Amino acid sequence: MGEVIVITSGKGGVGKTTTAANLGAGLAYLGKKVALVDTDIGLRNLDMALGLENRIVFDIVDVTSGNCRLRQALIKDKRLDGLHLLPAAQTKDKTAVSPEQMQALCDDLRKEFEYIIIDCPAGIEQGFRNAIAGADKAIVITTPEVSAVRDADRIIGLLEAAELREPTLIINRIRPKMVRQGDMMSIEDIIDILAIDLLGVIPEDEMIVITTNRGEPVVLDQGSRLGQSYRNIVRRVLGEDVPLMSLDEEGFFSKIRKMFGRK
Amino acid sequence: MLEFIARLFNRDGGSKNVAKERLRLVLVHDRASISPQLLDTLKGEIIQVISKYMEIDESALEVNLDSSGNTVALVANIPVKGMRRVAEA
Repeated sequence: MGEVIVITSGKGGVGKTTTAANLGAGLAYLGKKVALVDTDIGLRNLDMALGLENRIVFDIVDVTSGNCRLRQALIKDKRLDGLHLLPAAQTKDKTAVSPEQMQALCDDLRKEFEYIIIDCPAGIEQGFRNAIAGADKAIVITTPEVSAVRDADRIIGLLEAAELREPTLIINRIRPKMVRQGDMMSIEDIIDILAIDLLGVIPEDEMIVITTNRGEPVVLDQGSRLGQSYRNIVRRVLGEDVPLMSLDEEGFFSKIRKMFGRK
Repeated sequence: MLEFIARLFNRDGGSKNVAKERLRLVLVHDRASISPQLLDTLKGEIIQVISKYMEIDESALEVNLDSSGNTVALVANIPVKGMRRVAEA
């Protein structure tokens, strides 16, 4: 039986979709059978993060309303064998699916996949309630900003009220230099405020713009720090104990190389 | 170098402390906010208990959560009309 993990945040634009895409791709890279489900009906985007936007025929609403079979709507990724996407509908709204339908859908997916990753829409309304309805676990994303942390706190409260106990936290877009200067809340500060377990930290990196432009999950980029930070999260989801990587922007050797004028 | 100068002028430890303090306060309020239904149920039960000992003006009863600084208090204003004769235990 597969495990259903919902990726949520409350606030929009903090990196839910990017995280869902990378977690899914990273798990599939390690040989797991993964279904990614976009529940952001009306604002479909997970397909773009994965570069699968041209292959959509059916969507989640077609499945829940019985227009097609689940198998027909699932898009199989060409790069990664185990990776599948169930896209959101783009022309309907969040009320097109009910929490009960979502639960049934998750139960169907559980039979076939090892990991089902749900990309939750922003907000705390029906879209959020749908996204968490069939979930076993929740991952909360925040950035080191007051508004994102406040919304994360609210979401943690709502998750616990919905019996999704002990969600874990990903802190996205941390800037080590600003943290050192005392101008950005640190990992410890945020954990202290939200009082939940840390799943991972993603440093701010321009590279995410480039990989998202191309529709290629950065987790597959073996050489980059950004990819490494996502791969660490993937391994922690699999139950491994992976230490936090150092957040210094540059390693000693890359600094030396720069001093000698090499890139 | 810029970093060093910024630190010189920022002896209070930078803006993150402001962020933390503001968050801490706003979350006390956020977390203390309970639904109107729950407050209503609470009111009803308080009336039941107090009515055993006192005659109170139910229509004027006020129960609210009040927060100042970093503490939150349940404040109840209960006008008493008279005392009941409580049987000796």
